[in-house]
Amino acid sequence: MKRRIVIIDYEVGNHQSVINALEALHYDFLVSCKAADILAADAFILPGVGAFHEAMRNLKSRGLISLLGHEVLEKRKPILGICVGMQVLAGSSTEDGFHQGLGWIPGKVVKLQETRSRKVPHVGWSDLEIVKPGPLFRGMRERANFYFDHSYNFECGREFVAANCRDDSMITAAVQKDHIFGLQFHPEKSQIAGLKVLRNYLQFARDYNARRAVPADV
Amino acid sequence: MFKKRIIAVLILKGGRIVQSVGFRRYLPVGTIEVCAQSLNRWGIDEIILLDIEATSQGRKPDLNAVRALSRNCFVPITAGGGISDLNDITRAIHSGADKICINRAALDRPELIREGAKAFGKQCLVVAMDVFRGVNGKTEVMTGNGRAGTGKDPVRWAKEAEECGAGELLVQAVHRDGAKQGYDVALLKEIAQAVSIPVIGLGGAGHPAHFLEAFTQTEICAAAAGNYFHFTEHSPVVTKAYLAQHGVNVRMDTENTYAEASFDEQGRVAKYPSEYLQRLRFIKVHEEKL
Repeated sequence: MKRRIVIIDYEVGNHQSVINALEALHYDFLVSCKAADILAADAFILPGVGAFHEAMRNLKSRGLISLLGHEVLEKRKPILGICVGMQVLAGSSTEDGFHQGLGWIPGKVVKLQETRSRKVPHVGWSDLEIVKPGPLFRGMRERANFYFDHSYNFECGREFVAANCRDDSMITAAVQKDHIFGLQFHPEKSQIAGLKVLRNYLQFARDYNARRAVPADV
Repeated sequence: MFKKRIIAVLILKGGRIVQSVGFRRYLPVGTIEVCAQSLNRWGIDEIILLDIEATSQGRKPDLNAVRALSRNCFVPITAGGGISDLNDITRAIHSGADKICINRAALDRPELIREGAKAFGKQCLVVAMDVFRGVNGKTEVMTGNGRAGTGKDPVRWAKEAEECGAGELLVQAVHRDGAKQGYDVALLKEIAQAVSIPVIGLGGAGHPAHFLEAFTQTEICAAAAGNYFHFTEHSPVVTKAYLAQHGVNVRMDTENTYAEASFDEQGRVAKYPSEYLQRLRFIKVHEEKL
């Protein structure tokens, strides 16, 4: 059975980098926001560069909220949100006013507070304090670095945190709730370590779907 | 403490990557693909691509160059040159840029910073400024490839850009461009103190000690260089090894970290002692393949 990975195209993401990364890993994928493709998909990647409300608005105007919601929550298809794609998984955000998120992982997105050692936006590389090694961080080298670029932080219950930023433990680096994943850093921009995380996710998606034996065409 | 970033600036002129000296002389380096691949393998933290002819030729940014760059490296890319409206920003990002860099357009219409930040988040907008320090020590923001003065004070303009929603500032010292005399530390110090967003210093790097000086004497978050990286192999990781030995927190993800290297006066890696080389014979490091 051919895996179908769909990179959600909603006009705020930097798709090109994610495309380059998946090509480097030799995965087949589609970039789409069409209902037919999403219904036929096995796993999703929700990329993101942008503002929270813009991302939510674009998801909404393409009818993706209920469509993806059904596929992810009811049919339990894996999804990986990157950066803003991760933040929209939260219940709400206070970026430019108050905005509702998808609410798939309980939590809220709040502005990073400036401190003496922390400039905002938080831009740069950091290694992680990994809370849940599997499946995303399997086989990761000790002290692997990832690239962050954000002004807002995903605050959520500890049970959903997969990794924190080691340089600043207040910053949530990765979240997970069952088959729903989110990365605050950009794996597609984090050299080999980042490509490994992407590959780990796609391998998880394959195994997860195989375990559940998803019928080829529903 | 966060890690300090080492950034390479690739200057695009006539479809080729060039070195720039004093904003006037240009020397060819090579194709964008080869530069990107080398820097990516050598542990660079970010790459800034500047299409320096776009604005002066009145054309749009070279998006094929952005695409070529993004296909050949997996580090963050900032694209600059010729970006004058929101449409250009959108297209550059869809071509694979993670951030965009505006210089002239921000001076002409600071509103563009706000518009870009609203659409893509402020972390996406880097405002570049070319600063010239005259013989009397006075600094001024320049435009038109560093040739024409604007009368603006760099610190005031930096604050204004921050207020408009800039996510980072790229501060380039025109008078140090290609001079290998070190960064204009006084300038970087002044600007980094005045704003709370990250400042990237550019212009003048010629020795790893110049990076160290900039990081220890100013609050800049990143140091960028163009020509500096073109002369020796592994230049980014060698620079980082030097910085790490002097206590600067940098990312070390390459297989060879030059941890035991010593440096000569020019900042090049010195010959290893023979005991070290003997030991080396028994270490086999496999390339990390995906």
